[in-house]
Amino acid sequence: MKLKYFAWVRERIGKAEETIEPPAGVRTVNELIGWLAQRDDSYAHAFEKPQVIRAAIDHAHVKPDAMIAGAREIAFFPPMTGG
Amino acid sequence: MSVTATIRIQEADFDIAQEIAALTKGRIDIGAVVTFTGICRGTEDGENIAALTLEHYPGMAEAEIKRHTDEAMSRWPLSGLTVVHRVGRIEPGQNIVLVLTASQHRQAAFHAAEFLMDYLKTNAPFWKREESARGSSWIEARDHDDAATARWTKS
Repeated sequence: MKLKYFAWVRERIGKAEETIEPPAGVRTVNELIGWLAQRDDSYAHAFEKPQVIRAAIDHAHVKPDAMIAGAREIAFFPPMTGG
Repeated sequence: MSVTATIRIQEADFDIAQEIAALTKGRIDIGAVVTFTGICRGTEDGENIAALTLEHYPGMAEAEIKRHTDEAMSRWPLSGLTVVHRVGRIEPGQNIVLVLTASQHRQAAFHAAEFLMDYLKTNAPFWKREESARGSSWIEARDHDDAATARWTKS
């Protein structure tokens, strides 16, 4: 699946997108955040406060307990500040 | 008649009069047009800012705005709807966002415009970075924007 990062999440990780295959035990958005945070210091920094991270699956907002199976694109970003 | 919302995300500025004319041209069923324009302030929390840079999530930003224009049209009898959101570098005094709502009577247009702006602020995937003499930093989301959005939730 493709992952996309925006704003300071993108800056901390150091890339805008990547393709990953998480292990089978990673089933929810929250578990994916936990798995990513362990990859290295950049990811750990980006996801140090998981409660402020917002997520979208295939262009729609989702909650942390959303299942990731079948997702084409998952995005992580800070609370939005448009308008 | 069915109404289609016009949704655009662009770097270029917009012309409010032109957008209203495009919405109302050839129509005699519209009795009210409400426009909201968001403009870049020169100060943020008392500090002078040089510019904002807006980032967005292409694809999702359009989809999310469309979800909310659809919702607005299902809640109020609207005759037309336009949302234009700029991205890229925007300096103080320049336009950021435009919401136009048209209806037969003013109340629907006022309510729909306010509803759309509240949702755009908290749910549309855009992020503002500000430049000031101290460098640049991401603007943090405000709790009162979440509260403004929450009041539209049907109980």
